Amino acid sequence: MRRRLPLFLVFIMGLFGAFAFFVPHPPVRQIDEVLRNDVIRIIGALSLVLGVGSIIRHHFIKIQRKAEHWPYSYITIIALVVSAVIGLFGGIDPNRPGILPTQVGSFSFHIQTIYVNMMVPLAATMFSLLAFFMASAAYRAFRCRNLEATLLLLAAFILMLGAVPFGRMISRHLPAFAEWILAVPNTASKRGILFGVELGVFATSLKIILGIERGWLGGGD
Amino acid sequence: MLSLEIGHADSDRYLRDNDKIILTPVFFRLNFGVPIPLAVLLLTTLLAPPADVRARDVPNDEGKNIMVTWSPSPDTDVTGYLVLRQTQGSEIWETLGFTGPLVHRFVDDGAVDGTPYAYKVLAQSQAGTSESEPSAWAKSSAQWFDTGTLPALIGTGIFAFLLLYFINRAKKDKSLFIRRISGLDAVEEALGRATEMGRATLYVPGLSTMSDVATIASLNILGEVAKKTAQFGTPLIVPNADPIVYTVAREVVKESYTAAGRPDAFNEDIVFFVTDQQFAFAAAVDGIMAREKPATNFLIGMFWAESLILAETGAATGAIQIAGTDAVAQLPFFITACDYTLIGEELYAASAYLSREPILLGAIKGQDYSKALIIGFIILATGLALVANIPVLRFF
Repeated sequence: MRRRLPLFLVFIMGLFGAFAFFVPHPPVRQIDEVLRNDVIRIIGALSLVLGVGSIIRHHFIKIQRKAEHWPYSYITIIALVVSAVIGLFGGIDPNRPGILPTQVGSFSFHIQTIYVNMMVPLAATMFSLLAFFMASAAYRAFRCRNLEATLLLLAAFILMLGAVPFGRMISRHLPAFAEWILAVPNTASKRGILFGVELGVFATSLKIILGIERGWLGGGD
Repeated sequence: MLSLEIGHADSDRYLRDNDKIILTPVFFRLNFGVPIPLAVLLLTTLLAPPADVRARDVPNDEGKNIMVTWSPSPDTDVTGYLVLRQTQGSEIWETLGFTGPLVHRFVDDGAVDGTPYAYKVLAQSQAGTSESEPSAWAKSSAQWFDTGTLPALIGTGIFAFLLLYFINRAKKDKSLFIRRISGLDAVEEALGRATEMGRATLYVPGLSTMSDVATIASLNILGEVAKKTAQFGTPLIVPNADPIVYTVAREVVKESYTAAGRPDAFNEDIVFFVTDQQFAFAAAVDGIMAREKPATNFLIGMFWAESLILAETGAATGAIQIAGTDAVAQLPFFITACDYTLIGEELYAASAYLSREPILLGAIKGQDYSKALIIGFIILATGLALVANIPVLRFF
């Protein structure tokens, strides 16, 4: 029963999802909308509780075992609790205040203020690291170790030259050639990969709906 | 030199008054620009109305929509069209909406299914309007089958048949040949290395949700990887960016440890939720890589801009990295920064390849034949398109 019920539910939901794709009639579409939007949101909200429980347990274990850098776990837990309290009781922003005072003079600490002034800059900092990682990855990729790497280097070199005015100064055909590399061989190979991906998605979905693939249940019979 | 010109008294304000006949003074104009009144002529300045107004139910939809089309007014100074609707049994024409002068269709999305409606279109210009004849009565209705999806249905039928045929064949003939996938052959080697070094294995199942098939494929692979880490006694770390994926991943790992005969080796802290914020997750996983220094990193599933941040950090820690994604834009980053990359469909074949279950391998065979069929169609269609353009052979 522990396996049969999930398999049965997946079979019914999977078939219904496919059915709803082909049938536009209102009752079918409405049920599909409810399943895709409302039911998934409810499941998401419930599993968020499990997620938060997981974070708390993970960091408590770290503190308990005095694992490496364990004091940072205190910061995580305190940040989680403080932002949850402000978010739940302090309102969203100054225009939509909650029951908890979240402004001292001109200093505001609404959840939106915290998000915009802390989360966004921190995320932007991580994102900006990408530029340096790209440089180091490009250095590794463009070393002529073998024929494939040499072709990659050559294509990248032409593309980069074609994208800057200097490329046009070398040859007026260079930008068009760079554009051709992007539009023809690049697009062709991308589409080839996408064909395989879509068939893989289809096969995986069918195997899961029919209960042939049970890896997501932990495998076995 | 004297030139003669006949024109309206005020050509900038082209006088029209809703299809009424108006009187316009006509002038002779000398070449030095002085108008001389000559006569008052009777001119007609009718704004031609739109013609051929047709209304029909929008096909393949869930009802409530009627498409109105018309032939535009031949006048060039039309500023737009006003669409009016009349319900059968009512005298009132209600205004539905306005379209620009170049748009000659309008979808009435507020119709009641089964109720007959007639439509009129008013051409508008700066000076006035002119209205069309009403259309015939039209009703909206919902359809039970979207005929636009017929090719998808046929394709689905063919691929489903091929898959089921080869799965069935695999049950009888268990010696199906599947080409080598080096990224998957390296899984055992990578896990063995982690065991020898006494370090952990990190498995990131992407940042997408459970509704993404790439995530499901990743969890299938996680099941196989977890079985092997359980057998080898290698620590496993599985950080998650989605609470639902976390819940499923935990169950998958738990079941795998049980299936491998090591339920005692499983602890709840192997799989944990981090955050659903993209770069906060990337920072957390980078931190794990830097602190724990896992010997093997699996980055398998759906990734976005964080792919290179994760892969480069993993490469910097000296881990063997096996990545896999169907996000075409992220593949170059993984290919560059990781030791092995599962490209596109290989991600979906991985679970079968690792488990070596004949039925699952049969599905890969079916996939390959489906792909061959598509390639065949592309070659055939390209050939036909080329043949059709050769003048001597233009028989299509």
